[in-house]
Amino acid sequence: MCIGCAHCMRACPTEALRVKGGKAYLHSDRCIDCGECYRVCPTGAIIVEQDDFQNIFNFKHRVALIPSVLLGQYPDDVTTGMVVQALQTIGFTEVFEVEDSVEYLIPQINEYIAKNQNKKPIISSFCPAIVRLVQVKFPWLVGNLMLLRPPLDLTSSYIRSKYREQGIDECEVGVFYITPCAAKIAAIKSPVGEEKSEITGVINMDLIYNRTLLEIKKKAVNGDDEVFNSQLTSKCITWALTNGEASHINGRSMAIDGIHNVMEFLDKIENDEVAGVDFFELRACDESCAGGILTAGNRFLTAEFLRSRAKALVETNQNQVNAGKLIRYQQYLVGKIDLVRVEPRSMVKLDEDMAKAMKKMERVNRLMCYLPGIDCGVCGAPSCQALAEDIVQGEASISQCVFLQKNMEQNKLHPEHSFRIMKKIWGDNRFLKDCDKPNQNK
Amino acid sequence: MNFEFKVLGGDFVRAGNASSQVKKILKQLNVDASIIKRIVVALYEGEVNIVAHAYSGVIKVNIDTERILLMLDDSGPGIPDIGLAMQPGFSTASPIVREMGFGAGMGLPNIKDNSDEFSISSEVGKGTHLEILVNLKVT
Repeated sequence: MCIGCAHCMRACPTEALRVKGGKAYLHSDRCIDCGECYRVCPTGAIIVEQDDFQNIFNFKHRVALIPSVLLGQYPDDVTTGMVVQALQTIGFTEVFEVEDSVEYLIPQINEYIAKNQNKKPIISSFCPAIVRLVQVKFPWLVGNLMLLRPPLDLTSSYIRSKYREQGIDECEVGVFYITPCAAKIAAIKSPVGEEKSEITGVINMDLIYNRTLLEIKKKAVNGDDEVFNSQLTSKCITWALTNGEASHINGRSMAIDGIHNVMEFLDKIENDEVAGVDFFELRACDESCAGGILTAGNRFLTAEFLRSRAKALVETNQNQVNAGKLIRYQQYLVGKIDLVRVEPRSMVKLDEDMAKAMKKMERVNRLMCYLPGIDCGVCGAPSCQALAEDIVQGEASISQCVFLQKNMEQNKLHPEHSFRIMKKIWGDNRFLKDCDKPNQNK
Repeated sequence: MNFEFKVLGGDFVRAGNASSQVKKILKQLNVDASIIKRIVVALYEGEVNIVAHAYSGVIKVNIDTERILLMLDDSGPGIPDIGLAMQPGFSTASPIVREMGFGAGMGLPNIKDNSDEFSISSEVGKGTHLEILVNLKVT
């Protein structure tokens, strides 16, 4: 239940949230699905929409498509074999790793960079929140986004082709992605640069973590590691971690994680201040996918687990064996690697029409002379600038500012009225005594 | 609409602030991305010139729906030979400045390339005045 605490409003990197009537409201056109709001919500009021788990049983072949970070969630004594067995116990018939297509993708990325010298620097399209961020806030960098499908899409195409080849009817195969974040769900439900996703449904990682760990604790699995024959190489395993992509790029590359770090850097890229870089790996979450909002484990421990899993692989010849198997991808994915165009959808403009936008900007600037400039958020908007823009767009009024209210109370505004205005923003309950605020001890 | 920004000579740390601000404004005004890019590139070069060569400067920005006019005024040593300064590759920058990635001698020519109208005047011992005009209507 949303209690209108405004934590989410302050955390949102695109200022997509406002508080009205004691509840948070989302401007979905500004939302980039990064999930920062979910992280800070003290009451669990923000729900990441997923498919009903029971839906997997609508299919005869039920594929769990797991990202490598899933295996890094569990306590030390839980082996990979146990997790895979647990997935089978809860109902999946096959387990497939998302990063399976990475070895196939790496040379394609390098070829893409070599071929698109005029679009440099290339910005990776791996993280869907970053793709959306660029569309919304950095529209002129849209042309720099790498138009190659991410491993998740390539691997699901591969799985589908494999089943088709075995003569199995498409309708009998359900491919379910176990997601560590909200952005991937949005990317599947409303894809950018692709017509339709080949993934049947999405299930949140926290739910899968709970269900599988329960099976493991009930000792429903015997922990035989032989049960799962991972095809991943060390490069695949670390792909979703920070530097996972950038470290395999020919030329000069950089990796940046954390949404605010990325925004700061995109501003520099946009100004042409960073010259000579071929490739940027940008990830919304701190520690990349290990820090996804639906993960259960600590992000640093997850990253460490994956790095040691990769390292162990390098030390055996299995790494080479698995790398050699990537030939199997070529026949299935020819002509399936490109994304179509990604369109900008700028949310920063004040108006389509420049003359009107100028009028609005003049009004915003005038309003800013009166607003206190401390970004307290008491008006229900995340900053004074955001309030001024809302007022100009007809979505808020100047009397929402508590500082201006105090001024107005000196002459014409009745204190009762100003109290009503505050209640309209924060709800009646905000003004009652309450010793059990959910966020009190945070 | 008018905006004004002050630039301090020698403050490389803040070089680019004015261009960043102007970029933000033009994005909010829904100016075409490729035109914003030209303006920002030209202004950034001009801003860095003030930082690198002058003691202080003022950047005035005048915007209407047809065009944007940038006026850069600095008090500084001035340019003795403008013809020479406009030649690609010509630079008076010290090795230290070059090491910082500035001073390639492309500043003024680059500004000119990115503007629709460009004028420069300078008085030795006093300062330099730049006018950069970019049309906003795509023709």
